[in-house]
Amino acid sequence: MPANRFNNFTNYGIGIGLRAPHYDHILSRKPVVDWFEIISENFMIGGGRPLHILDQILEQYRVVQHGVSMYFGSAGRPDREHLRRLKDLVKRTKTPWLSDHLCWGSVDGRYTHDLLPMPYTFEAARITARKIREVRDFVEVPVAVENVSSYAEYHVSEMTEWEFLNEVVERADCGILLDVNNIYVSSRNHDFDALTYINSVPADRIAQIHIAGHSKFQKYILDTHDHPVIDPVWKLYERAIQRAGHTATLLEWDDSIPSFQEVHDEALKANLFLAETQLEVAV
Amino acid sequence: MRLASLQKAVARAVMQPLTRNERTGALGPGGESMSRYAARYIKPNDRLTSFERLEIYNRQYWFRVFGAMAEDFPGLRAILGERRFDDMCRAYLMECPSQSFTLRNLGARLEAWLRRNPSWLRGKKVLAFDMVRLEWADIEAFDGKAEPVLRVEDLHGVSASKLRLRVQPYVQLLELHYPVDDLVLEVRKDDQGADFASNAIAERRKHVRVRAVGALQPKEIFLVVHRIDYSVYFRRLKHEEYTLLRILRAGKSIGQAIGLAFRGSSLPESNRGGYVQRCFETWAALGWFCQPSVGSTGNLKIEKGKV
Repeated sequence: MPANRFNNFTNYGIGIGLRAPHYDHILSRKPVVDWFEIISENFMIGGGRPLHILDQILEQYRVVQHGVSMYFGSAGRPDREHLRRLKDLVKRTKTPWLSDHLCWGSVDGRYTHDLLPMPYTFEAARITARKIREVRDFVEVPVAVENVSSYAEYHVSEMTEWEFLNEVVERADCGILLDVNNIYVSSRNHDFDALTYINSVPADRIAQIHIAGHSKFQKYILDTHDHPVIDPVWKLYERAIQRAGHTATLLEWDDSIPSFQEVHDEALKANLFLAETQLEVAV
Repeated sequence: MRLASLQKAVARAVMQPLTRNERTGALGPGGESMSRYAARYIKPNDRLTSFERLEIYNRQYWFRVFGAMAEDFPGLRAILGERRFDDMCRAYLMECPSQSFTLRNLGARLEAWLRRNPSWLRGKKVLAFDMVRLEWADIEAFDGKAEPVLRVEDLHGVSASKLRLRVQPYVQLLELHYPVDDLVLEVRKDDQGADFASNAIAERRKHVRVRAVGALQPKEIFLVVHRIDYSVYFRRLKHEEYTLLRILRAGKSIGQAIGLAFRGSSLPESNRGGYVQRCFETWAALGWFCQPSVGSTGNLKIEKGKV
C-alpha cells in the first residue's frame, strides 16, 4: 500500500522539510536523509541562489514538492502563470508527486497567503475536485491534497471535514497528504474525535503523511510548526500507518528552527512506530 | 450560499485592517458591526465567538504581509520609522493587495503607489523613493532570471558597431539622488546575526546610522545592482558607463550607445576608446551580457555585418 499510484509507486521513507537555515549543513556535511520536501513557491523564480541551492540538493537527494498557494478550493480558476512555473519546477525536481492544501486563499486574483478553511459543501467539493484534476493534468504528476488546520467553521457546511475530504478525493481521483498534526489541531479546535477522522480516510489514497508540532493557547491551538511532535500526534501517526502502511513521512518545522540534527532526529522518531506497526488489511 | 460569494465575504473580513493594538476592529466591511458580519458566516463554539475565530485569520493575514514588507524594505522602514512604515504598508496593501502566488512580489507596486501617494514620505520624498527603488532592485537582482552568459565565440563574424548586446535580466540599473546603497548596508549590518537580546541596542544603533547617512547632502550616483556567485552586490558607475549600459539595455547597438554615452562628457576623446574597452572587459567578466538568441526580436539580436 505505501507505494501507490498517488505517490507514483515510490517507497519513500522519512524526510524533512528543506529550510534555509540548514542549507550550509546539508551541503557541507551531506547527511543521510531519505528525502526532502521543498515549498514549491520558494523556487518558482527566475534564477539566483535559491535555484542554485536546489540544484545542488537535487544532485544528492530525492525531493518532493509541496505547494502553499495553489488554493484548490478557491472558486476561481488556477492562475496560468502559477501553473506554468509549477510545471517548470516539476521538470527540474522530477518530483514523483506533488501536494498542496485542501483550502482556499485567493479571491478574484487577490491573495491572502493563508490556508483558509473550506466550507464543507457539495458545491465546494465539486469545484475543488475540478481544479485538482486541472492542475494534475497540466503538471502531469500525481497530486495529493493535504488537510489543513483550521480555527473556524462555516454555517453553510453540509458534512464533516473528513466527509468533505473523501468527497473531494473521490471526485478528483487524487491522493491524500494526511497531516496528522493538522487533524489533532482541528479536532481540539472543533471538538471532534481525531481517530474517527483517521479511520474514515480512504487509506489506499494516502500518498504521504505530515507530522509537526503546534502551539497551545488558552482557547485554541495554532498550527505553528515550531515545536517537537507531541505524543497524541504520534498516536495518530501510529494509527494512520496501521491503516495505510509504511507511507512516506515528513516532519515540518518552519519556525524557531533548531539545528539540522535536532529536526532530523525528531523526524526519525517515526521509525519507532514504523518498526512496531503491522499493516491492518481491509480496515 | 455559493462558494464564490462566501469566499468574497470572508476574504473582505480577513483583509480588513487591524486596530492600532493589532486586534480586529469593531467595524467590518461596509461599516457593519464585525461581530454581526462574522456571525453570519462563521460558527461560534463554547470557547470562541464567531468574531474571535475570524480574528485569528484577520491577524494572521496582517502579521504575514507586514512581516514580508518589513523584510523586503528595511531601509525604507528605517527612513520612515516603524510606526509610519506600518501605516504606509497598511494603506498600500489595502489598495494593492497581493496579486501573486508568492509574497516575493508583494512590494512590486510600492514605488508606483507611492508616486500617487507621496504624502506618506513627508520631507524625505527623494531619499525614500531612492530607497524603495534600490530595495526592489535588490529583490530582482537576487532571484531574477539569468540567461546564458555571452561567450567570445558568440561575437565571431559580427560587426562591432552594429552589435546589439543584451544585458542580463537580473542586472538592475539605478540613477539615484542619495547614496542609499551605503544606507541600506548600514541598516542590514544590524539585521545580520543580531540575536534577540541585542535587538534594542541594534535598533538604536541603526537609527543613529540612518540619521547620519540620511543627513548627508544629496549626491547623484549611478548604481548597478547585480549578483556574483549568487550574492547581490552594488557597484557604482560613472555617468558614461551607466548611460552606455542603459542604452544597450534599450536595444541600441554598441555604436549608437557609445555615441550617446559621451554626449557632454569631459573625458577626452583620445581616452574614450580605451575607457570603453575596459568597461566592456569588466562587464563581460561579471557576466552582465547574455548570449544572443537566434531569430529573436527587439533588443535580443546581433546584426550580422562585415567582419
